[in-house]
Amino acid sequence: MASTSSPRDHAELMLSAKIVIAGGFGVGKTTFVSSVSEIAPLNTEAWMTEASEGVDDLDPDGDKTTTTVAMDFGRIQLHPDLMLYLFGTPGQSRFWFLWDDLTRGALGAVVLVDTRRLSESFAAINYFEHDSEIPFVVAVNLFDGRLTHDLEEVREALALAPDVPLITCDARDSLSTVDTLRALVTHTMRLNVTHGAA
Amino acid sequence: MATHAQTQRETRSSRVRPYALTGGRTRTRHQLLVETMISVTEYDPEVAERLLPESRAVYEHARSPVSLAELSATLDIPLGVIRVLVSDLAADGVIFIHPTGQAYSYDHNILERILDGLNKLSA
Ligand SMILES: Nc1nc2c(ncn2[C@@H]2O[C@H](COP(=O)(O)OP(=O)(O)OP(=O)(O)O)[C@@H](O)[C@H]2O)c(=O)[nH]1
Ligand SMILES: [Mg+2]
Repeated sequence: MASTSSPRDHAELMLSAKIVIAGGFGVGKTTFVSSVSEIAPLNTEAWMTEASEGVDDLDPDGDKTTTTVAMDFGRIQLHPDLMLYLFGTPGQSRFWFLWDDLTRGALGAVVLVDTRRLSESFAAINYFEHDSEIPFVVAVNLFDGRLTHDLEEVREALALAPDVPLITCDARDSLSTVDTLRALVTHTMRLNVTHGAA
Repeated sequence: MATHAQTQRETRSSRVRPYALTGGRTRTRHQLLVETMISVTEYDPEVAERLLPESRAVYEHARSPVSLAELSATLDIPLGVIRVLVSDLAADGVIFIHPTGQAYSYDHNILERILDGLNKLSA
């Protein structure tokens, strides 16, 4: 990485990265972020975003271009000059434009699923398969500590492409969430090699 | 883009009040992601003095590197507004916008360092 000789190097070279934690209602997104974040997850109740980029003036009616939605995120300082942010997507799928905003620039996404309510995560999987370019893995959150279905059955039920990694995790356990993040980063590296990115 | 954040006395509904601070503009030139971090290059109390309250709050918070998302959450200012304030402060040359992994297309070196950091967490 390029460097300058300033004594403020440390702070000035700080680089941030982002991973998105997605999935349907109640699948364990907040739990996942909390278990590994070094700060208590921050909640942006006041979150507001533009429906489209490059809007010069707000719609006079105000309704179309703004929304308020709760969204939480956490942070892990991986190195003195490298910060990793984890963003949980808001559950409601009507905020698609917010998902676009959130996923832009991410190194990848973890889609959490609860095998008792698989359909909760269909929308998220569809989004990453069809509407987004970023790499993703699917992680079965083991609510009862063990897998009630064979992973291949789960893959079939989700109609998941064979090249999308499917793993298990315990969102309450930081070691398990870190493992999940490692699986995602490894997957992204593999895709970079395949597609010759960067 | 003419001058730095000027408040125009406009009558706007209270719903859009935050945008009045930035003259209604929501366009930003820099790619400002939710995880983009900023920091004050050289803190100057006189700069802080002349800033409008919201910009000043951002300036003060950025004395050590902080992300746009954290600024939005801790200052309770919508992200869209934070983006404009940050963009203006950067145009003014008083804050530094840090690169994100995306700026390097998450090249092998960066992913390697991320993986290395995660490995240390599980050791
Ligand atoms: N037993 C068990 N409970 C879990 C696990 N993960 C989450 N929970 C519980 O499941 C509930 C939902 O988890 P959350 O982390 O709030 O899920 P979420 O995806 O953030 O939910 P929404 O934001 O409402 O969509 C909470 O009561 C958690 O305590 C797990 O791995 N095992
Ligand atoms: Mg939640």
